[in-house]
Amino acid sequence: MTTGGTIPLTALPPGRRGRLAAPGPGEELPRRLRDLGFVPDTELQVVRRAPLGDPVEIEIRGYRLCLRLAQLRGLRVRVEEEGA
Amino acid sequence: MTPGAATAVKLPDAGAGRVRIALVGSPNTGKTTLFNALTGASARVGNYPGVTVERREGMLRGATRAVSILDLPGTYALEGETPDEQIVSRVLRGAIPGEPVPDALLIVADATTLRRGLGLVYEALERGRPSLLAVTMIDEAHARGGRLDLPALARRLGIHVLGVVGHRGIGIEQLKRFLEHPEEWPRRWTPRPDASATERFLWVDQVCSEIGAGTLARDTRTDHIDRVLLHPVAGLAVFALVMLLLFQGVFSWAVPAMDAIDGAVGALGRWSHAVLPASWLTDLWADGVLAGVGSVLIFLPQILILFTALHVLNDVGYMARAAFVVDRVMGWVGLQGRSFVPLLSCYACAVPGIMAARTIASPRERLATILVAPFMTCSARLPVYTLLIAAFVPARRLLGPIGLQGVTMLGLYGLGVAAALGSAALLNSTLLRGKISVFYMELPPYRWPTAGLLARQVWGSARAFVRRAGTIILATSVVLWVLLNVPQAPPDPARSPAAQAQADLQASAAATIGHALEPAIAPLGFDWKIGVGLVASLAAREVIVSTLAQIYAVGDADDFAGLLVAIKDDRDPQTGRPVFTLPVALSLLVFFVFALQCTSTIVVMAQETGSWRWPALAFSYMLALAWLASFVTFRAATFFWA
Repeated sequence: MTTGGTIPLTALPPGRRGRLAAPGPGEELPRRLRDLGFVPDTELQVVRRAPLGDPVEIEIRGYRLCLRLAQLRGLRVRVEEEGA
Repeated sequence: MTPGAATAVKLPDAGAGRVRIALVGSPNTGKTTLFNALTGASARVGNYPGVTVERREGMLRGATRAVSILDLPGTYALEGETPDEQIVSRVLRGAIPGEPVPDALLIVADATTLRRGLGLVYEALERGRPSLLAVTMIDEAHARGGRLDLPALARRLGIHVLGVVGHRGIGIEQLKRFLEHPEEWPRRWTPRPDASATERFLWVDQVCSEIGAGTLARDTRTDHIDRVLLHPVAGLAVFALVMLLLFQGVFSWAVPAMDAIDGAVGALGRWSHAVLPASWLTDLWADGVLAGVGSVLIFLPQILILFTALHVLNDVGYMARAAFVVDRVMGWVGLQGRSFVPLLSCYACAVPGIMAARTIASPRERLATILVAPFMTCSARLPVYTLLIAAFVPARRLLGPIGLQGVTMLGLYGLGVAAALGSAALLNSTLLRGKISVFYMELPPYRWPTAGLLARQVWGSARAFVRRAGTIILATSVVLWVLLNVPQAPPDPARSPAAQAQADLQASAAATIGHALEPAIAPLGFDWKIGVGLVASLAAREVIVSTLAQIYAVGDADDFAGLLVAIKDDRDPQTGRPVFTLPVALSLLVFFVFALQCTSTIVVMAQETGSWRWPALAFSYMLALAWLASFVTFRAATFFWA
């Protein structure tokens, strides 16, 4: 797993922490997600996936919320060091 | 400070000497609990003009001055895009006619989610109104090791900050005293306007680290329970079990109470006939008005059971989990996990089911759920299905204990589900296309429900149904009674009572309508008698059974076997061929699967969507679908069996 690069948030395995990467040039995080605290460099973690695989529960800013995979498409995270 | 008018500084917009305070906060922050604690049972519930967003306002209880509290819809941002969120921003801007800008804001934030909630506080403070922050759930934060420095937060925000626990009344009295005098609230800091979300949350993180709100221990109890209830296998099993119990409760546990209401109304009717002079007025009273009242009350047991179960599950925290578990499946047809329970409830009755759709936060999915709800096979269709299947579908064994009659019944249920899901998908790609859909869910910590709140919620739902829908349902059932009984045939002592009832019905306006309908329904294999039954079934679907009994002069509407024989023996006076054949029965069954012939559902649909447009659309769409499906069924069945 790379530490410098980023992976899609939807590929972050449950239990692993990551930091939200800044969107690429000309891109923007969806407004609704920003209002919920999804701003660049925020630490987050996929807590679990629903029994049927979608939606996912995400821990961010000390609280948890469930979002559908479709809403998270395009979001990328930097994965923290293993064991950090 | 001395209470009373003498101390009251003149407030802007304080119309009629009343102080108006708006409650601003995110969903799941305990905002409504706080509202109830402040206002008691005095809340006035209505709608904002033109939208289906609920408007709740109450007077501050035990205040020395008139203070009204407006509970704004829960919102995560002040400039959002859903109808709920737009109402919040329009109220705060004074952009709603007849809704003055609030004199002051009571901002609500949850102590356990401050690192998100302070973002909204920042936005609210930007408005520049006198503001006070109530931090809820301080007990829960405390239990999870949170050591919140509320005085530090108050200094940082430049406003009063109060910790409260709404359902236990902690901090409520002090908060009430403050709410009486918003003109005395300090306002020492105003955020920089137009900060981006990134800047806002940078500020939030700073404040949180200063006041010690950064680190809360995990709620381990909730974590442990979730490990089971959201487990890929166990989670699905628990979900199925809970839904089964809910279904069972609404479907059968309500029956004794419903029978009791039915019996009591029937007895009252017979007693009225016995003591009042025989006249059409007595008939109207006993068979029209009383029966109409009965047809409203009959829904109450199911509504009470369903809403008690829903509120318990919701207060405990399971409703959100259930939606989380089933969301993916519902998403396939453009619905949400929250649509599942309302649709399931519709198996008992669409009326409580449609009311339960209130739990769906996203307006688009809520509307879609309400519109497709009447396709689910409600219990009122059951007597019709039972009668027609018993009469016309051969009791042939197919495989082991599985017979053709059972398979037909199952097929009708399946057809209803397919129609509901198919129509949801259709709505999504047509009418509801472009309407804002919000998917956002929190799995709240598991909590014990509180009896007081539960009782208030259930009582509120039941009262709203009786008051808003009940009056119209009562009116329509009286109108239908008139149609079915006016004009009457001249009394003939030679006739038996059953024959007289038959003659009366044949002379009635409904029979005229039935005859007028005949050209439209003849292609489906229906004659005018079924037409009358269809008119009568508008009161409630199962009424067609008793109407047919009356048409066929069976006498006793409960004489099921007699009715079976009568409709099987009925022959066309011209051709001498049987009126009711297997193709006709199948066609009628299919018609009942699709058609929205239920006034109560239509009324509740109008009530819940805030407009008659949607029920009108649903009625036409379902009628067209019913006609087409019955036509195809009748032709195909005639081709194969006749």
